[in-house]
Amino acid sequence: MRLIRDSLGAFTGSDTGADRVVPPTGFTASLTLFAAGAMAFLAVFALALSLAAGRLATSWGDELARASTLRISAPAGQQAQQTEAALRLLGQTPGVASARALSEAEQQALLEPWFGPDLPLADLPVPQLIEIIEEGEGFDGAGLRLRLQAEVPGAVLDDHTRWRRPLVAAAGKLRLLGAVSILLIAGAVAAMVTLAANAALAANAQVIAVLRLVGATDGFIARAFVRRFTLRALGGAALGAAAGSGALLLMPSAGETAGFLTGLSFVGWHWIFPLLVPLLTAAVAFAATAIAARRVLGDLR
Amino acid sequence: MIELDNVAYSYGGGELLSGLTLRLAPGSFHFLTGPSGAGKTTLLKLCYGALVPTAGHARLFGEDVRRMDRDAIALSRRRIGVVHQDCQFLDHLSVAENVALPLTVAGEGGGDLEQNLIELMTWVGLKSRAEALPPELSGGERQRAALARAVIMSPEVILADEPTGNVDWEMSQRLLRLLVELNRMGKTILIATHDLGLIRSAKSQVQARVLRISNRKLQSAGADL
Repeated sequence: MRLIRDSLGAFTGSDTGADRVVPPTGFTASLTLFAAGAMAFLAVFALALSLAAGRLATSWGDELARASTLRISAPAGQQAQQTEAALRLLGQTPGVASARALSEAEQQALLEPWFGPDLPLADLPVPQLIEIIEEGEGFDGAGLRLRLQAEVPGAVLDDHTRWRRPLVAAAGKLRLLGAVSILLIAGAVAAMVTLAANAALAANAQVIAVLRLVGATDGFIARAFVRRFTLRALGGAALGAAAGSGALLLMPSAGETAGFLTGLSFVGWHWIFPLLVPLLTAAVAFAATAIAARRVLGDLR
Repeated sequence: MIELDNVAYSYGGGELLSGLTLRLAPGSFHFLTGPSGAGKTTLLKLCYGALVPTAGHARLFGEDVRRMDRDAIALSRRRIGVVHQDCQFLDHLSVAENVALPLTVAGEGGGDLEQNLIELMTWVGLKSRAEALPPELSGGERQRAALARAVIMSPEVILADEPTGNVDWEMSQRLLRLLVELNRMGKTILIATHDLGLIRSAKSQVQARVLRISNRKLQSAGADL
């Protein structure tokens, strides 16, 4: 607790004295800055990946779970009749919120990517599609299939679960991977700062000995190092996070056909996360340096 | 002020010092002498809490060193000025900043102190070298800078470990005069030295007691000097 209190003192008050007593180190300072920046850059991407995967999993899980498709392929004369029968049947099925036959124009729009805009849909034996929106717990797929088999022989129920499940699982895994990456990045920052701080403390052993001799408390000495490394990590991470966010903003937007890759960005309030990255990096650096300083100072008297 | 009570110290292996009792009274002037390796530096370190006795009790201003935490030790250093033979400085700061370092670490500063610093630098004859960096100083200048640094907090006790080890006779006389002046101002002085000439010349200026470490014990050596 005292460690925290002492070290926090580094940022309150104008303790420039503590700053000056440690000799400036040009080269290693820029290394810490660079490493913190690179880690923050990666962290922003890992965050974006994790959040985008999360969004994807949610949307696939939600929207697709709520919707199914009924496909009716019947001989030309029976199509309308079977469609009507299917709609009636669906209207009586518990768990179905609404069922709606797609219009010819909608079906054409669905087929357009494959057959072009000039497809004479009316002349082709295209199956009729019925969109089913579920409610509550959803319907009993197996039971519905049996009833459809009896009453609408040309109907095929596609409840999407078959192909949806692995995709949702993959998106979930991807989100987990992103979260693990962020943890690893935080750990790497802590390790990097600890190494840099230990090196700085070792290189400044004489400075520390002199300071102890003239009556400096551990808090004063630790502050000089903690302040320096925390500010370096903060600065580097701010640059890295800004660069990472900038790169995400420059990603081309694919509009409506947005797939997974183009969705790699922050949405709405999620933009607060890249702002938090430098602060978290600074916090990690603060803790790592404070612990390293205490350990080194504890060996002196 | 500083009391060692039946103190022993061992670095592992045999005891370097044992059964050692010393009391530094306010305003006293002590020399500590003995052959190299007898434990003079160790004894001084026991006196400013850099070492904890392996047996017996060391008390700084009435507090047992063993019961003092690291911050308490640090605070006691502000009341004890220490001058080493090979005095260390912060080489990136100027001499003046180094002399003022104890004030910096104690969080003190201000207008009066600026004037005090100038007076102190003048007193040790380093006013013209105030802006120099420590590596640019000669041996004698380093010792005087270290002495100035040791007294800037106006400590009650000054411990000097071979302060004249690296300087010529004339400079050692000059340092001695500064220490005698400090003693006249009421400071307690303990100087570890093997320079008997220094002790003899001090005896004409000040009432000094001479202690000798011999055979792991502390003996009064006043008579034979």
